[in-house]
Amino acid sequence: MRVSLTVNGRPRTADGVWPGESLLFVLRERLGLPGSKNACEQGECGSCTVRLDGDLVCACLVAAGQAEGAEVTTVEGLAGPGGDLTPVQRAFLDTGAVQCGFCTPGLIVAAEALVAADLHPSDGDIREALSGNLCRCTGYEAVLAAVRLAAARTAREATAGAETDAR
Amino acid sequence: MTAPDRARPGAGGVGDSAARPDGVRKVIGTFAYSSDLRHDDMLWGHTLRSPHAHARVLAIDTADARAVPGVAAVLTHADLPAATHYGLEITDQPVLAADRVRHHGEPVALVAADHPETARRAAALVRVTYEELPVVHDEATATAPGAPVLHPDRTDAYAARVPHPNVLHRQPVRRGDTAAAAPTADVVVTGDYEIGMQDQAPLGPESGLAVPADDGGIDLYVATQWLHADQRQLAPVLGLPPEKVRITLAGVGGAFGAREDLSVQAHACLLALSTGRPVKMVYNREESFLGHVHRHPARLHYEHGALRDGTLVYVRARIVLDGGAYASSSPAVVGNAASLAIGPYRVPHADIEALALYTNNPPCGAMRGFGAVQACFAYESQMDRLADALGLHPVDVRVRNAVDRGDTMPTGQVIDAPAPAAELLRTVRDRPLPPERPWEPTAPGAAPDLRALPGGLSNTTHGEDVVRGVGYAIGIKNAAYSEGFDDYATARVRLELDGGAPVATVRSAAAEVGQGNVTVQAQVARTELGVTRVVLPPPDTTLGSAGSSSASRQTYMTGGAVRQACAAVRDEVLRIGRERHGWPGGALRLSGGRVLDAAGTPVGTLADVLRDGPVERETVFRHRPTEPFDPVTGQGNGHVQYALCAHRAVVEVDTALGLVKVVELAAAQDVGRAVNPLAVTGQIHGGALQGLGLAVMEEILVGPDGRARNPSFTDYLIPTVLDTPVMPVDILERPDPHAPYGLRGAGEPPTLSSTPAVVAAVRDATGLALRRVPVRPDHLVADRLGTAPED
Repeated sequence: MRVSLTVNGRPRTADGVWPGESLLFVLRERLGLPGSKNACEQGECGSCTVRLDGDLVCACLVAAGQAEGAEVTTVEGLAGPGGDLTPVQRAFLDTGAVQCGFCTPGLIVAAEALVAADLHPSDGDIREALSGNLCRCTGYEAVLAAVRLAAARTAREATAGAETDAR
Repeated sequence: MTAPDRARPGAGGVGDSAARPDGVRKVIGTFAYSSDLRHDDMLWGHTLRSPHAHARVLAIDTADARAVPGVAAVLTHADLPAATHYGLEITDQPVLAADRVRHHGEPVALVAADHPETARRAAALVRVTYEELPVVHDEATATAPGAPVLHPDRTDAYAARVPHPNVLHRQPVRRGDTAAAAPTADVVVTGDYEIGMQDQAPLGPESGLAVPADDGGIDLYVATQWLHADQRQLAPVLGLPPEKVRITLAGVGGAFGAREDLSVQAHACLLALSTGRPVKMVYNREESFLGHVHRHPARLHYEHGALRDGTLVYVRARIVLDGGAYASSSPAVVGNAASLAIGPYRVPHADIEALALYTNNPPCGAMRGFGAVQACFAYESQMDRLADALGLHPVDVRVRNAVDRGDTMPTGQVIDAPAPAAELLRTVRDRPLPPERPWEPTAPGAAPDLRALPGGLSNTTHGEDVVRGVGYAIGIKNAAYSEGFDDYATARVRLELDGGAPVATVRSAAAEVGQGNVTVQAQVARTELGVTRVVLPPPDTTLGSAGSSSASRQTYMTGGAVRQACAAVRDEVLRIGRERHGWPGGALRLSGGRVLDAAGTPVGTLADVLRDGPVERETVFRHRPTEPFDPVTGQGNGHVQYALCAHRAVVEVDTALGLVKVVELAAAQDVGRAVNPLAVTGQIHGGALQGLGLAVMEEILVGPDGRARNPSFTDYLIPTVLDTPVMPVDILERPDPHAPYGLRGAGEPPTLSSTPAVVAAVRDATGLALRRVPVRPDHLVADRLGTAPED
């Protein structure tokens, strides 16, 4: 079958899709976007977290056909067109939250959603928001530090922006 | 130092929290892991695995599978071109089962097809006729009279040393005269301990791409821990000379020991050579659990005798490790368990025996901590029992016996570098404790924060039956390969001009598995050569071996090799500078692309020399030699280096429901020299959390039928961020005079002590003896394996 969807702002079409394929398989193997990772393929680890019409989902649990006509954002679609990293991506590097990095794309997509919704999350809020993303390397401490740092930097920039606007 | 919370700006040399060279690609999603590889015209490989733990294979019929449209090849043992077995230490593992399967999940047949689902469905159509055999699943069934012998034709080096052919390896360690000393002890504590089967569970699945080459050889791109060990095992299996088996490291999604043994390597190459097309293999999570070795489950019996003041008089220990169906690295695991069996404590009299069994359980091999983890849970549990029996604080009884430089291990090896066990224990003890009842509302009228309670958002308690406990532990781990192994690492460094500026290219075959070895190699080159830009091409087998990325050895070994190669390049640059450019004699150093004399005055630049062409040197680095342990007494200078980590755990236990929440897990570790403080801290956090997992949740459940019952992330539980406590870290730097920069292997020690520390805290909270990990709710509420404290 044919599946047409919008990925990271670009219309994309995949032909010859077997109906049992997941959105994850289509993204990785048919559209050349391997950033979303295939760690468990049963919705337990969060490594393939993407935004589907704005909602966080595990792409491995979405049948390819369900994504027909949908807007999908993957980790490849987060950095700016000039390669500018988002505050979350920068913070992951600054705090040492990237080791093997296999969980990183999923964690970053989930963390972006949290920071977009709440610039002052408590540690409990961060833990709850990221509890669907397994990491085996970092012990999560650096991940927590990254989200705190990204939220604080974003909040600072928002404040500075507001002050500039007011002037 | 305490742990840094973010990368410091700096020159990116040794001692800086330099940034990872692969970091940006990993956060934007373009870093290519082994499962991301693609090739035009590629096929997908799939493995058919045994549903039985022990069975005779009577017949294999592949006709139906071959008939499936899209299938390019179906292979069985009958199609193997050359050697039929492989192995890390003992060549006992079939590439594909021939007449017998020895464990659940053993590979039986291979399929290559144009779609992964086609390959899976075709594999399901391979008809294998089995006759089930009795399952050997523990020491009793393995050594009973008439027990099935799993490897009747053994010719390995250990076969002559063991009491039964199903005993894979056995290592005693005897020091002093335990029998004579025992009556002089004022107090004796004994205990039996058990450790479940833990899995490394790296997030990246086993995967690789094999591409047949025009010269009849193969190019394999794969996630592994040791390229050259793969090549050494693969070449005979493929019937190719080693130089035609070219292996390049593909991006590795974590390892922790799971990638020391072959997984997809041989199978993908066989399918590629058979079909003449590139073949990609990617395990799903269930196959990953079935397709790699695990941490050895263990049963341990310990007896400690001490004087009234806590001074240890003697220790007796027997450690039985379940090696599963094939040897993997079990002999070395036995050596570690035996030689590190009593921990970082002075004991004049010791009588230790460690052994590994062949069984029909899943094969076990390397996992972070490698034999020392099992012993540490037992000896630290024993130290707590001793403290209880003597009315001493658990830290005091440990400090009284703690080793330091100059003390002797039970193998007779004298510790000839700093080993500040007492200081590490005091450091974690003296940290302030976290606030009590953290779930209680901070403002009047606010709701309690359920997330801070055992059970969390499940809303199982509001704190009624919750009790707090505190526990301590310390562990000792060897770094690098031991027992006389010729352990070395190769590095090649080239210094040249690029756009007028010096750039260093550092090549090694060291596997970057997430730990940050690429960062460290660049830091070493910057420090030694005074350059900013360092390039690291992907590791492959065209360069000499770097050894394994395991045993906490890669910063020491490949870091040491890069340092040595840089020194050779520097010497050559200075020689040329003196001969051709009139640089003065005496001590010169390189900094910022310039050449400085002892007073810091510039005498020239790297460019002066490099304008004439690059300077390149390749060297092989070896650590100081070690000795095998004596087969009868276990005496010998078997280890290169010892490393220590201590933990204090604070837990809260819901005693009504048996739920545990670890509130805080504080670590103190001596790393000799923190080459990259941020990375070292990450190793301590990650290692500690894996130990926490073993303490309270992680176990592959294997029934008496030898089958793994929970090979999935739904049923094999690894800690989430909600299961993770706050983990403060204190890093000590007491340089090892024998090691490059004084560093000490850091990746494994935190995995040892965190498990017993957490369990000690749960014991403190509940009063139960808790002799088995992982601790499960029924141990805490049903008084089964928890057992009463006087037990």
